[in-house]
Amino acid sequence: MLLIECPWCGLRDQSEFTAHGEAHIARPDTPGELDEQEWGDYVFFRKNPKGLHYERWVHSHGCRRWFNAVRDTVTDHIHATYRPGDGQPDLSDEEPDQPS
Amino acid sequence: MKSQTNRLERESRINRRKPIRFWFDNRGYEGYPGDTLASALLANGIHLVGRSFKYHRPRGIYSAGPEEPNALVQLEENAYTEPNRRATEVELYEGLSASSQNCWPSRGFDLGAVSSWFSRLLPSGFYYKTFMWPASLWMTYEKYIRKAAGLGQSPTEPDPHFYDKTHAHCDVLVIGGGPAGIEAAMAAGRSGCRVILADEKSEFGGSLLSENMLVNGQPCHEWIESRIAELESMPDVALLPRTTVTGYYDYNFLVANERVGEHLGPRVSARSPKERLWKIRARQVVMATGAIERPLVFADNDRPGIMLAGAIRSYINRFSVLPGNRCVLLTNNDSAYHAALDISDEGGHVEIVDVRSSPSGALVESAQSRGIRIIPDSTITGVGYSRGRIRHVDVMTLSEDGTRVVGKKRKIDCNLVGVSGGWTPTVHLFSQSKGKLRYDDANHCFVADRPSRNNPVTLAGSCRGTWFLKECMEEGRKAGCDAAQAAGFDPDSRREPVKAGKVEYAPMRPLWILPCNHPIGRGKKKHFHELHNDATVGDIHLAAREGYESVEHLKRYTTTGMGTDQGKTSNLNALTAMAGIRGLPIPEVGVTTFRPPYTPLTLGSIVGHDRGELFIQKRKTPMHPWHDQAGAVYEDVGDWKRPRYFPLEGETMHDAVQRECLQVRQSGGLLDASTLGKIDLQGKDCRWLLNMLYTNAWDKLEVGRCRYGLMLNEHGMIFDDGVTTRLGENHYHMTTTTGGAARVMNWIEEWLQTEWPELEVFATSVTEQWAVASLNGPNSAELLKELTDIPLDEESFPFMSMKTGQVAGIPARVFRISFTGELSYEINVPARHGLALWEQLMELGRKYDICPYGTESMHVLRAEKGFIIAGQDTDGTVTPMDLGMDWIVSKKKQDFLGKRSFGRTDTSRPGRKQLVGLLTEDPEVVLPEGAHVVSKLKNGPPMDMLGHVSSSYMSPNAGRSIALALLKDGFNLKGQTFDVPLMNGSSQRVTVTDPVFPD
Repeated sequence: MLLIECPWCGLRDQSEFTAHGEAHIARPDTPGELDEQEWGDYVFFRKNPKGLHYERWVHSHGCRRWFNAVRDTVTDHIHATYRPGDGQPDLSDEEPDQPS
Repeated sequence: MKSQTNRLERESRINRRKPIRFWFDNRGYEGYPGDTLASALLANGIHLVGRSFKYHRPRGIYSAGPEEPNALVQLEENAYTEPNRRATEVELYEGLSASSQNCWPSRGFDLGAVSSWFSRLLPSGFYYKTFMWPASLWMTYEKYIRKAAGLGQSPTEPDPHFYDKTHAHCDVLVIGGGPAGIEAAMAAGRSGCRVILADEKSEFGGSLLSENMLVNGQPCHEWIESRIAELESMPDVALLPRTTVTGYYDYNFLVANERVGEHLGPRVSARSPKERLWKIRARQVVMATGAIERPLVFADNDRPGIMLAGAIRSYINRFSVLPGNRCVLLTNNDSAYHAALDISDEGGHVEIVDVRSSPSGALVESAQSRGIRIIPDSTITGVGYSRGRIRHVDVMTLSEDGTRVVGKKRKIDCNLVGVSGGWTPTVHLFSQSKGKLRYDDANHCFVADRPSRNNPVTLAGSCRGTWFLKECMEEGRKAGCDAAQAAGFDPDSRREPVKAGKVEYAPMRPLWILPCNHPIGRGKKKHFHELHNDATVGDIHLAAREGYESVEHLKRYTTTGMGTDQGKTSNLNALTAMAGIRGLPIPEVGVTTFRPPYTPLTLGSIVGHDRGELFIQKRKTPMHPWHDQAGAVYEDVGDWKRPRYFPLEGETMHDAVQRECLQVRQSGGLLDASTLGKIDLQGKDCRWLLNMLYTNAWDKLEVGRCRYGLMLNEHGMIFDDGVTTRLGENHYHMTTTTGGAARVMNWIEEWLQTEWPELEVFATSVTEQWAVASLNGPNSAELLKELTDIPLDEESFPFMSMKTGQVAGIPARVFRISFTGELSYEINVPARHGLALWEQLMELGRKYDICPYGTESMHVLRAEKGFIIAGQDTDGTVTPMDLGMDWIVSKKKQDFLGKRSFGRTDTSRPGRKQLVGLLTEDPEVVLPEGAHVVSKLKNGPPMDMLGHVSSSYMSPNAGRSIALALLKDGFNLKGQTFDVPLMNGSSQRVTVTDPVFPD
């Protein structure tokens, strides 16, 4: 079970949270002007990387606030968590995980 | 019969003052406190304890610990019974009763083993091959296979015990209470950090319990006692004996099972929890899990009386039992010589068959000096067995490469054989933690390489391939210091001197699969590498021949390691055999991943208190006590208990629902609608938000007016519906379906927080703050008039509006909305007044012929009017247009959630499934919900399906059955007839209609 740092509450057990997939997908301002492909990308298509994944979580059994996390999908290591609206953290200094 | 003939005089961990009586296969025996069932049976000269899984071969006790593959017994009887318990782990208690498994008619004489037909019926890969045979064949022989193969019997009665669960946090968790673990806990504990020391045995000491050496000048058992006493005196050190750490999950989250009262016997332990499941979050973990002895695989190596050499030492030193007085040891390394010395010390006769060509060194010399005969360069090639015990072994000389035997057979009489193929570090938990393993060429075993990033763990002792006591203890101490330091403490890392005897070991011969006088797998004798599941080296040859070479295939094909012991003694030998066949080094064959649990957990322990009434929290409305008294039958809706119908005396569900439905339309009825989801919305941007959440327009809704809305996801599909009312300038009351309440709340919060944080909207769930009585039917206004100060005339209180006032003396919000199509008032009062409101409405209702009605009638009544239930008539693939509800979709709004998806090719294509009504040819037939409507009836599936029935009822108001269905191109099928094939083989003709049924 993961330990997740809620940006408002601190470290908590994974059982208090719910994951909601890829982060940083903004809802288009004018959906009516999007073609089928663009709208389809927004609604249906998500990244499935091996490695760093920027994703949304919500502290559903805690403060109920949404936030973003950077998780390595290979090792489940969570590199950072941050509030919505904060930019993506710079992880260039982080050591890459070694898959086991 | 003389009792405990194999019990020795020497002191050990048993307590002789108080003998214990126990029963095995209905015969009484004696043992002592401190015994396991296995040690007590061996003390009484019993080796044969059961029959094997597949071949029904007689099997004995093979080990002295959790790795036991053979001695699985059925413990206790009736409700207390537990199958597949390892005799080596069951502590003896007064009155213990156990029986052997998989034997018929008895363990000594078993019909299943009489002929070999059974072994031919169950080749390796049996189940895989079975799946390729016709299914009908399986039906015929399944019951025979099930009877013949398998192990113990599950209990059929509920478990009378109770089980506990607890959460714990610590700075350092030490797994394993042997010498390394004790030293680690001591070092960490002295630094002041919170330590948990867990060990699976009944007492601490680990391998030292099976030893007789000196530690720091003290006999080792005394040394353990003094160390444990010091640990017990530390307030922040928790000692958990009888506690097996079974699972290692991310971020140092570990699960351990403590046997709290189990060892006292079922009737005593009924007063305390039988077991307790620990969920431990540890900052640091020290693993001191020890090592498990590795077997040698030789001809007929499964006979009762053959066991691991180290197990013999355990029985002598820990339990004062010499399992046999004439012993042959078969070994490829030095550690068996310790057993030889112990046996010889206790007056047993012992000979050593060593596969090494010229064994030498200190231990060999000790053995020789006592006159123990050593037969080098040889192996056992056959075993003489009769009546529950081995009688002799055949020994032959090995060829130079160890693949054949040569020369003449020599026969050695014996009643005990000890085997040693070296030691396998117990890395199961390390592997579970996603730590990486590496093959150690010098020690011929897999050892821990590096831990995974999320699971800080340090290993100490033989689990990392350190064999000597002094070094194990020093490693333990260092690991304890390191872990304490990493957890933020300041341990004293000065070295305390350790004095423990050290012997030099000569190298082992890396040979584990030993030949006999016929090729392996091609003669009468079997080489079992996997005793638990009856898999032989012959099976591995078969797997290789059939192409199942990879370890993961090998495992599943031969079922190696898939028993309840998870292959603790068999995995490495299986890899070795496959490596030999393929001519590869062992690490290139690979290793399978160890998975939790390390040893089996009982379901009781996993479930804990979460059973029966405590399984799930029941949600009850404020009116619940009235429903109980009225004899309501409940339906589960989410966690809610909702009255489904209120039967009068002698009424069936059908009777009650027909009566309720008629009465609602003829005079009136009262529904408890308190479970509806309710969300209070406040703030200046509510209207903007509602315009985005719902398909229709909210700009012109006046204060005090209500509006129905459909909520879509971005796919354009309906996921909830409900009525929202404007309470004030910037204040709204939203209702949702009962089941969708939490989902809608999450949905609103998600958009407010992630996409539109600039909006000023406060959303609060008020579902449980309001009790709701929904008064329906022609008499409802007359009744309500007597109880309220709110004017009810059409002009001042029109349909789809809300008034506040007093109802029955209670402040209320009354909504004139309807889910039945009748005149209807939804009366909302603060939850604490819900019961009082309901009672007064029902009391006065007698005068107006009002009945209480439940969810079943609610469903019928709404279906009569063609009102949908989101989640029943929709399933996440249905748009408003598919329901014929285009009227609720705003054409003017630029945007709302899901709007753009209407323009997608798939959403706008013709031929989508659409909501229609269905009338059956026979008005008495109620179609089952979920039944398929087909375009052409055939003798059997497949048939072309048009869609399915989503709602179906007997409608008393229509005087016939009615149904709603989602059919392909349904709107264009109205008036046409189709067929609905039913489960019983019959079918029903149906006519497609509008989804509104006249009464």
